[in-house]
Amino acid sequence: MRTTTIHAWMTTIAESVKDRRDYLTQLDAAIGDGDHGVNMDRGFDAVGKALAAQDGSLPPGKLLTIAGKTLVSTVGGASGPLWGTAFRRAGRALGDREELDGQDLVVALRAALDGVVELGAAQPGDKTMVDALGPAIDALESALAAGEPLQAALAAATAAAESGARATVPLQARKGRASYLGERSIGHQDPGATSAALVMAALQRAVEQES
Amino acid sequence: MATVATPMKKLINDPASVVKESLAGLAAAHGDLVSYDPEAQILVRATTADKVGLISGGGSGHEPMHGGFVGPGMLDAACPGEVFTSPVPEQMLAATKAVDSGKGVVHIVKNYTGDVMNFKLAAEDAEDEGIQVESVLIDDDVAVQDSLYTAGRRGVGATVLAEKIAGAAAERGDDLAAVAGIARRVNERARSYGVAVSSCIPPAAGAPIFDLPDGEMEVGIGIHGEPGRERRPLGSASEIAELMLEAVLSDLEPAEGASVLPFVNGMGGTPQLELYLLYGEIERRLRERGLRPERRLVGSYITSLEMAGASLTLLQLDDELTALWDAPVHTPALHWGA
Repeated sequence: MRTTTIHAWMTTIAESVKDRRDYLTQLDAAIGDGDHGVNMDRGFDAVGKALAAQDGSLPPGKLLTIAGKTLVSTVGGASGPLWGTAFRRAGRALGDREELDGQDLVVALRAALDGVVELGAAQPGDKTMVDALGPAIDALESALAAGEPLQAALAAATAAAESGARATVPLQARKGRASYLGERSIGHQDPGATSAALVMAALQRAVEQES
Repeated sequence: MATVATPMKKLINDPASVVKESLAGLAAAHGDLVSYDPEAQILVRATTADKVGLISGGGSGHEPMHGGFVGPGMLDAACPGEVFTSPVPEQMLAATKAVDSGKGVVHIVKNYTGDVMNFKLAAEDAEDEGIQVESVLIDDDVAVQDSLYTAGRRGVGATVLAEKIAGAAAERGDDLAAVAGIARRVNERARSYGVAVSSCIPPAAGAPIFDLPDGEMEVGIGIHGEPGRERRPLGSASEIAELMLEAVLSDLEPAEGASVLPFVNGMGGTPQLELYLLYGEIERRLRERGLRPERRLVGSYITSLEMAGASLTLLQLDDELTALWDAPVHTPALHWGA
């Protein structure tokens, strides 16, 4: 994985959130205020523009940092600071290295998740993005440890993220706007976990395209 | 929630430019009081003063809050986010710098995850640039339990009261700690509860956030159009007044004979005819309970687009808070004594 892979990842996320914008909005309308889709679309659209302005000379980590900062400046709400912190921490963890392998990716994603948990204090089961990201990173790490190639490991990570997002349906929200609904948040899939699954699926596709 | 194929019945152009166009219109209408900076995306008081600065901000869709409260005696700047979306740190940093006259700046922050996070980042940036910031959290809504299992109580109607009262304190020359202390005192002495009889339609969503059938109401609502704590059969104004007061008084527990300020707020879609009717029900019941409504506010001040409904905020007054409430204010939405 290289800078071009990260760029492809961000572009694929942007396409994905634009494509699923109405769906994310619907999920957020059920247990929130219906702005998640449009906010993520605006943020990753801005990320796309910020990265397009780069000449390709920056290492992958720096691209992630730019993505993170752009998200903080454009998304707003809680998603902006949370995803912004996630990508900035991931970028910081990668330092200046130009080529990334599976282990580097695990380290970067763990740093991202740690940043999200530090900022938002969400625990597994609170019905948030953590419920998709946590399982995804665990699956990635296990698959790589079992000797799976990166592509297969990312497929396992995406499947875990999607399964984690679906698993938020019966949960009662303990964080964010959905928590105001109490028991009424049960029975609805969390929009933050859903968009997190889209982010992982986009990573899988970006790496696939590179090989 | 269906995707809309026909245009929304709203007085807008492109849904994506609603906020910017509305802010430009506000500044055009009240150019003597407020100016709009579309680059920084902030509204700033037209006439500055050498005093502690006071800013707030939040998602748009709650007008007149906060932009309509910019002017002498209240806010020095407001940071508007997209509809129902917290503004970003750059906005609050720009606003803080614009209103700082060396005496520090108070940030009024409504207790929502996004607002708290973005204001926190901005306060850190401002401190890095040598500006002292005091952040005041508003969390007056009684409908949500503050516990490990929620995001905490929402900041609702007390925000308006805190901005007015703290604004007066800043105007009379109080220092940074004192202004923040007064805002916190308002928050501690106020409680709110809201009820909706319709949902609302964010321009970007194109359809109502939730379906509220005839004969039903949402109780324990916030200001972002999200569903409330419960859905119940629609009550009369009398029943709704009783429900609101019960919720608020059981939490606030004002002293016997306490002086209070009832604030009956329209959610945006409820006519004045009904707000005053509801106010009458509230005031009568306050007097029956031996409380003394000595100041009041009735109108749509912290709204949720076109949601029909109302909220009650009850502030237990003291002599100082009363005097600060009475102090002159001149903003697009509140204007007395000046």
